[in-house]
Amino acid sequence: MSVNVNRYKCGYCGACVGVCPAGALELVETWIEVNDTCTSCGICAKICPVGALAVIK
Amino acid sequence: MKSRYDVIVVGAGPGGSITAKTCAEAGLDVLLIEKRQEIGDPVRCAEGLGKEGLMRHIQPDSRWIAAEVKGSKILAPDGTEIKMSEEASSGKAGYNLDRKVFDRALAQKAAMAGSEVMVKTRATGLLRKNGRISGINAMYMGETHEIRADIVIGADGVESKVGRWGGIDTCLKPSDINTCTQFLVSNIDAGEYNKFFMGEKYAPGGYLWLFPKGEHTANVGLGIIGSKCGNVRPITLLHKFIETYLPQGKIIEMVVGGVPVSGPIERTVADNLILVGDAARQSDPLTGGGIINAMDAGKIAGEVCIRAKEEGDYSVKTLKEYEDRWRATIGKELSKSLMVKNLLIKITDEQLNQLAHSLSGIDTSKMALPKVLPILFKKNPKLLWELRSLFM
Repeated sequence: MSVNVNRYKCGYCGACVGVCPAGALELVETWIEVNDTCTSCGICAKICPVGALAVIK
Repeated sequence: MKSRYDVIVVGAGPGGSITAKTCAEAGLDVLLIEKRQEIGDPVRCAEGLGKEGLMRHIQPDSRWIAAEVKGSKILAPDGTEIKMSEEASSGKAGYNLDRKVFDRALAQKAAMAGSEVMVKTRATGLLRKNGRISGINAMYMGETHEIRADIVIGADGVESKVGRWGGIDTCLKPSDINTCTQFLVSNIDAGEYNKFFMGEKYAPGGYLWLFPKGEHTANVGLGIIGSKCGNVRPITLLHKFIETYLPQGKIIEMVVGGVPVSGPIERTVADNLILVGDAARQSDPLTGGGIINAMDAGKIAGEVCIRAKEEGDYSVKTLKEYEDRWRATIGKELSKSLMVKNLLIKITDEQLNQLAHSLSGIDTSKMALPKVLPILFKKNPKLLWELRSLFM
């Protein structure tokens, strides 16, 4: 389970990191890293200002 | 870089830099780290702030002031305009900053006060000794380092990890975050006021702003409450606004970001740990403004670090002074703003128009929001009943 980050869309603002209940995301310079604690809850995808994230079920 | 400091500050935004500066001025050994390679960039901010709050910390400098504004104009969905916050004496109420230069200037002040500064250096975890936080793991240029300190300051913004690592739950629910997009728009007449466009038609559960930045440019952006995001996105709504209302506008920069609007969280200190600014969710839930709060909190945090060093005690027992002091000041304002925000989210565009109309004939131009709110309440007690504890 994970999320896919469209790095061509992502504005690397870190909003998704702040809402991730599992602490699975991290903003590093200009990209988002996702670790294996992601539960595919979809909150990050919901709140992304530009719609750069999509849940992989 | 040394292997040990009195204080490590994670994040070189306004909150982190003021904390570092305050500590260093008192002779503490301070390391300020910033994970980006450039302090202040990319910007995630609408860049507006009040004159008074700013001057508590730094003298205004034309190098980082993009524009001065006369005051604010609040626009109801039907276009009714409410002028507020004009400053009688100077005629200038607020500044719109150039954060890229401003943040750098603050970090420079921290450096000149004696802090060490490291950029492109990211905290990756906390060190512990006998169960207590004793520093950070950091990565610089792909290499990991262990850096020890008596106190770690988490000033690491909306995406804060330091609090979570230290056992403080800083996770934001969708209703605790405003998700935003902003363009720096050129080729427009930006006017002399900061404009706030209210209503579902512009920004569900938030507002749209137009802040002049000088030379025919303005920060035009909007934030919507995370719980209403998904089917509609800030970037889509903003494009629509600009096409409709600023068709001649040319976009020369794009900014995205999330603003904490949770109000005060349960805890912002732990043994050997303090959270400051957006990391402590100290941004205003109503306006989204966070620069002054972060700097005020940073100042308090610095002073408490100094006292902790004097007493040789870095536990919550000493650090709790930070918690008490910011809650008694910033915290009170945040709680009030949260009540208003929670009501505004439920209000319809029709009701917003009604509120705006109720102020007709009243000169609010010299009043700030805390003065206008009681008038609104008096005129619309039924609609604003749940705010009664603020006024009665």
